[in-house]
Amino acid sequence: MTDETSAVVARGLRKTYGRTTALDGFDLTVPRGTVCGLLGPNGAGKTTALRVLTTLLRFDAGHARVAGHDVTRRPERVRAAIGLTGQYAAVDETLSGRQNLVLFGRLRHLPARMVRQRSDELLDQFGLTDVAGRSAATYSGGMRRRLDLAASLITTPEVLFLDEPTTGLDPRSRNGLWDAIRTLVTGGTTVLLTTQYLEEADQLADRISVVDAGRVVAEGTPAELKTRFGADRIELVVRHAGQLPAAAGLVERVTGGQVHVDRETRRLSAPVADRITALADLLRALQDASIAVEDVVLRRPTLDEAFLNITGHGASERTEVAA
Amino acid sequence: MSTTVEMVRRPSSGAEQAPPSGALGRLRWAVVDGWVMTGRNMRHVIRSPEEIVLYFSLPIMFVLVFGYVFGSGMAVPGDGSYREFLLPGVFVMTMLYGLGATASQIAVDTGRGVVDRFRSLPMARSALLTGRAGADLLRALLELTVLVVCGLLVGWRWRNGVGDALAAVGLILLLRLAFTWLGILLGLLVPNPDTVSVIVFPFAFPLTALSNVFVAPELLPDWLGAIAAWNPLSATVAAARELFGNPGTGGESWAAQHALLLAVGWPVLLIAVLAPLAVRRYQRLSR
Repeated sequence: MTDETSAVVARGLRKTYGRTTALDGFDLTVPRGTVCGLLGPNGAGKTTALRVLTTLLRFDAGHARVAGHDVTRRPERVRAAIGLTGQYAAVDETLSGRQNLVLFGRLRHLPARMVRQRSDELLDQFGLTDVAGRSAATYSGGMRRRLDLAASLITTPEVLFLDEPTTGLDPRSRNGLWDAIRTLVTGGTTVLLTTQYLEEADQLADRISVVDAGRVVAEGTPAELKTRFGADRIELVVRHAGQLPAAAGLVERVTGGQVHVDRETRRLSAPVADRITALADLLRALQDASIAVEDVVLRRPTLDEAFLNITGHGASERTEVAA
Repeated sequence: MSTTVEMVRRPSSGAEQAPPSGALGRLRWAVVDGWVMTGRNMRHVIRSPEEIVLYFSLPIMFVLVFGYVFGSGMAVPGDGSYREFLLPGVFVMTMLYGLGATASQIAVDTGRGVVDRFRSLPMARSALLTGRAGADLLRALLELTVLVVCGLLVGWRWRNGVGDALAAVGLILLLRLAFTWLGILLGLLVPNPDTVSVIVFPFAFPLTALSNVFVAPELLPDWLGAIAAWNPLSATVAAARELFGNPGTGGESWAAQHALLLAVGWPVLLIAVLAPLAVRRYQRLSR
């Protein structure tokens, strides 16, 4: 995939606020029709990157193209091709849901009749028809997010930017929003979303870019990241507590990794490189040593573990530095 | 939430007109988008009726309090009714006090997430500001209408024909436009809507007191009279009195004798300075 045909291309973006470096050589390529998840702790630079790519923020160095248009030189072309749904629902609270959609449609210079028809369709799709005449200030958090997403879809955007689209939503609203996003992608829209939720990235994204300290530090499909940065683990439960030390010795010899021992539950665990071979070797060794086990499990790594290994800290452990 | 999204009839991003590249096309978009934003801001007014009542109660109170309570002790140079002298002043003062609302509305708009949506749309970026100015001018026209009716009820008249009266209204609105840009600039500089509506008052009150709104400058001590005569408010008030044919016009100073010229010159100068400053400040949102 070359730079010209990609939906989003960022090369060496830098952005500083005073002494804070928000973007520090940020590189990103998102192929058309895919969902890319920007994953990172608070203050990693995800939102700054999104604001730069959506023409809301100027940057100090580097260059960026969105939907084939240069972000600095042709911002109006970029704006015509994108939709943005922000971290804080960006709707006019005083206006009703329908008035909001009509306003944003008219500001996209669509014919008045098309705007009205499209607004009604969207209100229906997002389950807002019943409250269409009420001021958005009276909406629940989930309704506001839905209205916000609907406002980004009055025309089908080539690239849709979602900044933490489900932060603060209950699980049901979250699933609903995920479904809507998936449906959009089947229609050919490229999605770039930021999230702190590993599950969200795992569920939605084709590829994940892990952002830390203003740059992309790892990139790949969720499965690739898990395999590359997380390790499979083998876990076993020994029947007799007295055999724990002997079992731990065996596990260490077979896996070559550091063994974690939990005396309370008589559970041993250790990372393994070649899962099936390790499992077979270990079972044989245990049998030879006459150590009885109650349970043996091979556990796939989670995105959480991969994330922890990449950034050296958890997804939401860092304090906020800059928006 | 329905999850079946209809793909067929959905307008793609090609359905909208491409962003204009020529200067004329850009201007047309700026006007169209400014008008759409004006409509949006007027809908805000309609959706908060309690605010409308507040807008209108203040100028009506000015007429009653100053016309009847203070008016009995006020002198008008030459011969004439104080209330006829006062009304053009109240018209102009109401325009000045409107800038508080302008400033806090702009602060509200730019402080919320919705400004990001506007700035990410393929619309003229100026429209957020020009739409504010447009809506505030329309509101000013409503306020003036209410005040004119009020004035007619308490005995104020225009005496030089409809043409001159409309010219006076035009000059008053021109000054309101200048105050609108001042309000926009203030709203961008002080992005807290509560603070900004409070700081406007200590600035607006002395400006009204040191003008010809309540007292003719020639009745003030010399140095105060000079300040009052050159006050931009005074120029518009004096010009309006002249065009309405109300008492209290004329005076010795150059400013008083060229009220019409100043009533055009002051607002134009203010707009020429304030509007570019406001636009520059607005562009700094991208930093």
